[in-house]
Amino acid sequence: MKQLHELTISEVHVGYLNKDFTCVDLVKHLLNRIKKYNPKLNVFLALNENVLKQAEAIDKEIAEKGIDRELLGIPMAIKDNFLTVGISTTASSNILKGFMPQYESSVTSKLLTAGAIFIGKTNMDSFAHGSSTETSDFGPTHNPWNPEKLPGGSSGGSAAAISAQFVTVALGSETAGSIRQPAAWCGVTGFKPTYGRAGRYGCIAMASSTDSPGPIARTVADTALIANVISGQDPFDATTSPTPVGDYPSFLNKKDLKGIKIGLVKEYLMTSMSDEVKKLILEAADKFKELGATVEEISLMNPKYAIGVYTVVQRSEVSSNLARFDGIRFGHTRDSFGEETKRRIMLGTYTLSSGYYDAYYKKAQAVRTKMIISLLKFLNLMMLLSAQFPLARHFRLALPKTNPCLVRWKMFSLSRVPSPD
Amino acid sequence: MHKVTILPEEVKKIAKLANLKLQPVEVNLFAEQFTQTVDIINQLNEVDTSAVAATYQITGLVNVTREDIVDTARVLPQTVALSGAKLTSNGFFVVPRIIDTEETESVI
Repeated sequence: MKQLHELTISEVHVGYLNKDFTCVDLVKHLLNRIKKYNPKLNVFLALNENVLKQAEAIDKEIAEKGIDRELLGIPMAIKDNFLTVGISTTASSNILKGFMPQYESSVTSKLLTAGAIFIGKTNMDSFAHGSSTETSDFGPTHNPWNPEKLPGGSSGGSAAAISAQFVTVALGSETAGSIRQPAAWCGVTGFKPTYGRAGRYGCIAMASSTDSPGPIARTVADTALIANVISGQDPFDATTSPTPVGDYPSFLNKKDLKGIKIGLVKEYLMTSMSDEVKKLILEAADKFKELGATVEEISLMNPKYAIGVYTVVQRSEVSSNLARFDGIRFGHTRDSFGEETKRRIMLGTYTLSSGYYDAYYKKAQAVRTKMIISLLKFLNLMMLLSAQFPLARHFRLALPKTNPCLVRWKMFSLSRVPSPD
Repeated sequence: MHKVTILPEEVKKIAKLANLKLQPVEVNLFAEQFTQTVDIINQLNEVDTSAVAATYQITGLVNVTREDIVDTARVLPQTVALSGAKLTSNGFFVVPRIIDTEETESVI
């Protein structure tokens, strides 16, 4: 039999209904596990002090009405860039140390309405500026599979929280790989929804034109359930899409991939890629063919340009978003920014400054258009496109890392899922 | 395109624009790093963009508005709004002086 910390959403609900355990039992079990292993892994920055009281209320609700909310009593870890009333929120930066939010973010608000219970807030790269959690002002998170290795980032704490089995599901956010890459490195499932699918209100902004909240979980089915809850037009975020949200779990009932066309992008099988990764991608393509999909090699613009475009767009938006952090209405003074944050603010200030705007910012946005054009001719024909992930075991703490493929997809703002299951 | 070198003086100017104070060691470090980063950014000049417009957003949404009616769900009570401020006075935020200071010229 599975242990409490191994369960998926539906298994937790079956346990509640069969009275195998209560929400209080589950939460206490997880808190003990966190107490035991968190000091070594540095996954949580803050725990919800009211969690047991909230679990008691949930048990009362289940006893009276059964389970009529989709996430009732599901323990969650929340990335520390989502504002949560009653739980401190820092975006892993000293400038927000001790900050207690004045309002609840849109997506955490939806999760609470669906009955989720928040265990705590997870470590991340400071202001999500990084892909490893190493830029966190509160120390890096360690990969639960091997604490000498990195968990990836920026949602490294949320991915590690699932991998270490501290919670049932977690919330992350992505700008250029920040859900997919830590999910891949921690051996769990992450889903980066299309930009504008879930609201950004109350999610501390990094790059406003690309930030996307999304779930990290043990199974594809659980990410689909969370995606259902957090998606939809948000009256507090004018960039969310009015297009109706489909039912994500309903897409999981397919028995094969007949009729699905998959593009295998030639330029992504780069010479710099390790043979091991290349082999895994080609094996995956064969597996898709076996399941009935057709796999076609296609050619897109060189992904190296994505790095330039992303660097300019992201730094520019960072400089603008972080300008409001002045220590007047909330937080501490600008001296509290870490080195990476300062570097990004300044590069963005430079690319947006008078005399350089056209050469850098406008040029990057024009190359972005060319990237979109190169993709659009395939997008109507194909449902899925492949990209690669570097292997986690190559990355020890304190080594540099960049991956042009992850960044490239981000500039299209499409949705993607890496998954081990 | 010729190589662009970012000098320490430029880094100091950017820091001032960004309202950041840097240590001398950071000034030199950033000058070196920005020079390298701008090199990568300048690879974009290999791409001919003369026939395309810039993409500033990808949602396709235009002029998203709402009725001009007070929505209390969007409004924080004064005490809540002020709860994170270090200095308040009579229900207002207290802000540092920005005119008639040594820094005035650079701010304007």
